[in-house]
Amino acid sequence: MTIATTLDRTLTAVPTELARGRGGGGPASKRVVVAYGFWIFILSDMVMFSALFAAYAVLQGNTAGGPTGAELFDLRSVFIETMCLLLSSYTCGLGALSAERRQPGRFLIFAVLTFVLGAAFLFIEVSEFARMVQKGAGPSRSAFLSAFFTLVGTHGVHVAGGLIALIYLAAQVIAKGLRAAVLRRLLCWSLFWHALDIVWVGVFTLVYLMGDYH
Amino acid sequence: MLGRLSWAAIPLNEPLPLLSGAVVGIVILAVLVVVTIKGWWPYLWREWLTSVDHKRIGVMYVVLGLVMLLRGFSDAIMMRTQQAIAIGSAQGYLPPEHYNQVFSAHGTIMIFFVAMPLVIGLMNFAVPLQLGVRDVAFPVLNSVSFWLTATGALLINLSLVIGNFARTGWMGYPPLSELAFSPDVGVDYYLWSLQISGIGTLLTGINFVTTILKLRAPGMIYFRMPVFCWTALAANLLIVAAFPILTATFVMLLLDRHLGMHFFTNDAGGNQMMYVNLFWAWGHPEVYILILPAFGVFSEVVATFSGKGLFSYRSMVWATLGICILSFMVWLHHFFTMGAGADVNAFFGIMSSIIAVPTGVKVFNWLFTMFRGRIVFRTPMLFAVGFIITFVIGGLTGVLLAVPPVDFVLHNSAFLVAHFHNVIIGGVVFGALAGINYWFPKAFGFTLDERLGHASFWCWLIGFYLAFMPLYALGLMGMTRRLQHIPDPSWQPLLLVAEAGAIVILCGILCQIAQLYVSIRTRERRLDLTGDPWNGRTLEWSTSSPPPAYNFAVLPRVETIDAFWHMKRTARAPVKPVYEAIEMPRNSPAGFITAFFATVMGFSLIWHIWWLAILNFLAAVIVVLIAGWSIEREEEISAAEVAQMEAGPVR
Amino acid sequence: MTDAHEHVFDDRTPGVEEHEPTASYLSYTVGLGLAILATIASFVVSQTNLLWPPGIPVGLIVLAFAQIGVHLVFFLHLGSGSDSTNNILALAFGVLIVFLVITGSIWIMSNLSSNMMPMSVQ
Repeated sequence: MTIATTLDRTLTAVPTELARGRGGGGPASKRVVVAYGFWIFILSDMVMFSALFAAYAVLQGNTAGGPTGAELFDLRSVFIETMCLLLSSYTCGLGALSAERRQPGRFLIFAVLTFVLGAAFLFIEVSEFARMVQKGAGPSRSAFLSAFFTLVGTHGVHVAGGLIALIYLAAQVIAKGLRAAVLRRLLCWSLFWHALDIVWVGVFTLVYLMGDYH
Repeated sequence: MLGRLSWAAIPLNEPLPLLSGAVVGIVILAVLVVVTIKGWWPYLWREWLTSVDHKRIGVMYVVLGLVMLLRGFSDAIMMRTQQAIAIGSAQGYLPPEHYNQVFSAHGTIMIFFVAMPLVIGLMNFAVPLQLGVRDVAFPVLNSVSFWLTATGALLINLSLVIGNFARTGWMGYPPLSELAFSPDVGVDYYLWSLQISGIGTLLTGINFVTTILKLRAPGMIYFRMPVFCWTALAANLLIVAAFPILTATFVMLLLDRHLGMHFFTNDAGGNQMMYVNLFWAWGHPEVYILILPAFGVFSEVVATFSGKGLFSYRSMVWATLGICILSFMVWLHHFFTMGAGADVNAFFGIMSSIIAVPTGVKVFNWLFTMFRGRIVFRTPMLFAVGFIITFVIGGLTGVLLAVPPVDFVLHNSAFLVAHFHNVIIGGVVFGALAGINYWFPKAFGFTLDERLGHASFWCWLIGFYLAFMPLYALGLMGMTRRLQHIPDPSWQPLLLVAEAGAIVILCGILCQIAQLYVSIRTRERRLDLTGDPWNGRTLEWSTSSPPPAYNFAVLPRVETIDAFWHMKRTARAPVKPVYEAIEMPRNSPAGFITAFFATVMGFSLIWHIWWLAILNFLAAVIVVLIAGWSIEREEEISAAEVAQMEAGPVR
Repeated sequence: MTDAHEHVFDDRTPGVEEHEPTASYLSYTVGLGLAILATIASFVVSQTNLLWPPGIPVGLIVLAFAQIGVHLVFFLHLGSGSDSTNNILALAFGVLIVFLVITGSIWIMSNLSSNMMPMSVQ
């Protein structure tokens, strides 16, 4: 017999403490807990990217006699990549709205659009990498290139992982419908996807535009 | 087919690793055989290996930490012995290429597989109970975290018998850790074992930050949380913020080693100091991850065993948060001597001195808590007092080292070694041992034997001083760290004292083992029938010992700090509680199975068996996808069952 | 059945909003528009003489922050409700750490490199 249970129904309810702002409202709902946990995960991922950004910032001048960013970057395709990813964030948002409004058909349409735009981004990026490697400017050529390929490549790996997860979650929507648990997972996915676009803002600004400005 | 793995990997011509490997192998085999013969596998599988209960996971973490303490300590006593005898013309018994592996393994194991598991284990066990809730935010992830940590521990221990370990020291600095200078598997064992367990640790950080901020009993506003939960919050925030840096740094070193990149190589523009910089940007917060929960344990222990509420709860909280933030602003003090210049050194030196202030606030708070209290010297309290004295000394030497000109003399000397062992043993180890003694009855339903607890404390305390005070003197006399051979015979007397200290600590460890054994055999004499053996102040003591799986049949309503103390003092006539059905998460094999594949994957990556690595990686991903497919992960305990469990005998 | 259960156990906290009030087609579209503008502006600043050359890096950083802000507000709906306080605090903590890691590393590494001996012919 626990003492707590016998004392539980004491009559000294203190309503002011139940104000959520002071954190006294008891355990939060599952949706809030899952979303917050995923938010913290995203922040940890941002810190990981910051270490890669720091390495890039420090090593970008170490070209070891090899090609520099200005010589290698094709800003036109970077612009197209950026637009693809940005638009995919938009379609992701519209998909989230459809999901919230329990419209699985519309959600799936937006999911496909998001996937296509994300895949286009990846395709352009992989082509760019392949072009650079063919020119002898692969990641083992110099510290600058190691840092470039790792930073941009890690972002690309995250995008690829996100696309695989999107297929997986779309399958869940088809199999189980837009129930609360599935909605929570979709919420996490869209947090992830928007965060990746935020990282990309950092990448195209600090790597491509700063590396190659007039 | 098998990469670079061959029979030559087994050290048949090296007696020491062969012998110790054989002994460990036989012990493990014996345990497995006994478990099989006694038919304990179903019980183990159901109740422990697939458990997602934070209490069980906490116990497993602590067991892992204590077992690895034996391995890490064996490394320690081997080093002490070598340094005690390899003087002048004597060469000792450990050749340099082995000695280097021993000190590397010692540091790596002690930090990542002893200190971290002990601290995380205590947080796992106590935090949800103290918060008055049923479990952490993500119980299945919790299980994954533990098993990935165990994977890392297993991989490191495999390096003893298959291949070798890194010879770079526990920090793995390039260029020595690069392929050109460490072409063998040692550094790969180090990197993959830590990367895999690092994922587990990061998930723990996410789990506990979410739990502490979003899952507390009704009425438990932030400033009514126990101080241990505040320190757990700060430590887990640091985990979330710091471990990704280590992940990225190790990824870069792995890319150098596996794919010929040039982050930290000598050629093609690599910059080794970037590794050092990023490593310590993780490394300094890491030591605060270790010490903050220990501080939290002592806050609980000192208050409970002084019979008084903690002095100045608010300043304790602010000091904790201050330490949390400041710990990210001091990391350069680990490499003052590397030429960053006066401005940079001055900034980080000043910040390192400032961070001592909130710690000082905490020490004074503990002292003022004890003042005019009714102190009961149970084992945890002994460790608390020993901690206050020992940690303050270690902290003072730390502030001394924070002065750059002093550090220029003492960097990488035995003085530094003495300092960090001073704070880690005096702080983290004592905190872990205090926490274990303190919460043991809650976990198992009986207290540990007091006499052997006292004996282990005195051995640890005296052993520590004997082992490490000489090192301060030796450092000032010019002895550097990591010496396999002692060039100056005048250092021998002090080294012999240090060896004696190590032996006394060994006695302390033996006392702990004895304490465990004796306590279990005579447990009927020390049963905890009330659930509150120490007249505690926080909510975990309001449950039975051990608590039911759901912790609290009805979540407590919290009105003050030290919620349980308040409940005891204002106890009203018991009202019959109304029980509701409780949903608890189901057990899950996902953690164990994922970790199994992660282990084989790690081993394959180390030995360059690429096809096996890819296969196991895919298998682990598939396990995650399968586990993530299910929606119904909870099972219901009906109100009637709850009523029955609450009414039944306490044990 | 499970959904009903989840509903019972979901809404413990009074006043939890199931739907963010700011999520709407309008907010996403406005966000997209602003982000496109910021992106184009970044490319223009970088590739033309619109900005005084030494000021280009600063301009790019400002535009990047602005676009990140647009994402946070219009796509991630980081608002000012009491629900968001924890999220914003966590974000602030994350931003602090990112800032310390990047600027700390750059400061330290550039000081280290400026104190290196001049290199002989490679």
